[in-house]
Amino acid sequence: MDSAGIIVAFWLLSAIAVGSAVGVFLARNLIHAVVLLVLSFVATAGLFVTLSADFIAAAQVLIYAGAIPVLMVFAVMLTPLAGRDNGNSLYVVPGVLLGGAFTVIVAIVAIDAEWGAAGATALAGQSFETTADAIGDALLGRYVLAFEVASVLLLAALIGAIVLVREDEPA
Amino acid sequence: MSSLRMGRRLPQRAVPRALLALGALVAIGFVAVNAAIGYVVIDGRLDGQWYDVRDLGIGVQDLREWLDDRNADQPGFLDFLGQHWISYAVTALLGATGILSIVGGALLALIWIERRLIGRMQIRRGPNRVGPYGLLQPVADAIKLIQKEVLMPRGADKVLFFLPPALIFIPMIVAWGPIPWGAQMAYLDVHVGILFLIAVSSLTTLAIFMAGWSSNNHYALLGAMRTIAMMISYEIPLSIALLSVVLISGSMQLSTIVEWQSTHNVWLAALLPLAMFTYFFSSTAELNRTPNDIAEAESEIVAGFHTEYSGMKFGLFYAVELGNALFVAALTATLFLGGWTLFGLEEWIPGYLILGAKISAAYFLLVWLRGTLPRFRLDQLMKFAWQFLIPLSLLNLLIVAVEASLFARWQVKGIVSLGLFAIVNWAAAIILVREWARRMGYRPEREAVRQPILTRGVGGLQAARRLGASELGTQP
Repeated sequence: MDSAGIIVAFWLLSAIAVGSAVGVFLARNLIHAVVLLVLSFVATAGLFVTLSADFIAAAQVLIYAGAIPVLMVFAVMLTPLAGRDNGNSLYVVPGVLLGGAFTVIVAIVAIDAEWGAAGATALAGQSFETTADAIGDALLGRYVLAFEVASVLLLAALIGAIVLVREDEPA
Repeated sequence: MSSLRMGRRLPQRAVPRALLALGALVAIGFVAVNAAIGYVVIDGRLDGQWYDVRDLGIGVQDLREWLDDRNADQPGFLDFLGQHWISYAVTALLGATGILSIVGGALLALIWIERRLIGRMQIRRGPNRVGPYGLLQPVADAIKLIQKEVLMPRGADKVLFFLPPALIFIPMIVAWGPIPWGAQMAYLDVHVGILFLIAVSSLTTLAIFMAGWSSNNHYALLGAMRTIAMMISYEIPLSIALLSVVLISGSMQLSTIVEWQSTHNVWLAALLPLAMFTYFFSSTAELNRTPNDIAEAESEIVAGFHTEYSGMKFGLFYAVELGNALFVAALTATLFLGGWTLFGLEEWIPGYLILGAKISAAYFLLVWLRGTLPRFRLDQLMKFAWQFLIPLSLLNLLIVAVEASLFARWQVKGIVSLGLFAIVNWAAAIILVREWARRMGYRPEREAVRQPILTRGVGGLQAARRLGASELGTQP
């Protein structure tokens, strides 16, 4: 588990993820920011791979590196004058404050938590052949209500989007 | 217009010498590793045994065990990397070399095969000047492409213009990982194989967008936007089609799916005809191949997202396109045509040869499509995805889900239940396609009754009459 390869991979991937996330913040060009964001997401997927979470890693790449950037790119393209300049944002100060506060909270929780004990009790006596099976069982077993509610919500959003963009047909 | 704009000339020595040396080293190492594999596996120098060439998997496994034994003999040597690091490293290298060799070799061959086939379909000869039967044409093309100057448009975004030809190559190669070539011959046999493949192939979208956007060319941007719109639309029916495969076989792992088809003695193509059609057609859209190549429609937008790329960079885009087509053929063969198994024949014939034959057959279908069908219009293509393929594949998914849950509970022989499912699915596919097409207003045109507008417009109606009015469908 704690072989040198995993450790090297962890630090390398973390450095890429954090570095490119900083790059997203500093990039003047919004398209560059999107590309850096994708790099950060892919590095996070790599971190999931080192944790043997294959399903989550693949889903991370599919959704965050494949689908979300396209949405962002379209948003950038369809916003006038947004493509070439990431200049004067009104939200720099609140953004930095919120991000800092969030980092502090996560850091406090991470330092405070007893990872070894919690992990040992949570995974005691369980052996995962594949994570996909376990996730599927949990989604359609214990958490089926939340799953269904989420799917209804998505359907409502889909229909809402169609209603919003649909033009009235000429009579 | 773009040709009038002056390209920025790269400095004479664009590639540093160290990089050239590194490239040469990698190439020499590549050849050496290939030679070593051939020597070890075919000559059987490990333990003095002769290895059965029919199953490379066993040879590689024995190599791993031999390396593990050697590693156990000398404990402490680079031990911090883990116990089996040598065997992992060697097998990783072997697998990667194998995939790169197969795909790279196939790419060179495919250019010739595809051009010859299309030539035959269009009643001409195809490449026939360079070497016997034009066999050396791909090599000549590659040399020509390497010699050409690499231009960069003046307003281009330098970094984003540089990256895509390399970036787009990565998903194409990585996607070959989970394909099983034999009993234990998958390089990356992940449990979430199909999800992995969908995820990896979705990365192409961003590279294409980067290429189109950074070129600072309207045609390139238009091509990129078309590609993205098309990829997003066709990814949905494609994923649903693959999902029905997962449902019926109960696994996302490609080797398990092949095994399922082998144990039940059935190809999923016979069981899920609509899913196979949906997958195959959607993937031609993902590949930007005719009939769905509106992203690089030459008659409309020059060459789409790679308009501004010249020389070997264009060559890379071209190679990736061919490689992806080959990969789609491989995935079709694996998922729907039984993969490396052939009803027991795999006992005598190596699995990778069977898979190769199936890949060639599926690839021939792709070439055939390209040679026969005209290009769709953008709105027709989108309409086909959203109003035809997606509803049909959703209905098909519902049917397959019911069948899958029946199959898990039903205590009858596989041939009874699966035979029944096959009949139901074929009937459902035919009825659904027919009725839905009729509802959409797609009808076979029995008699073309429209006047040839273009002929009349350019004043060639007399010529048209002379050729014979009935042939052109004019009413005299």
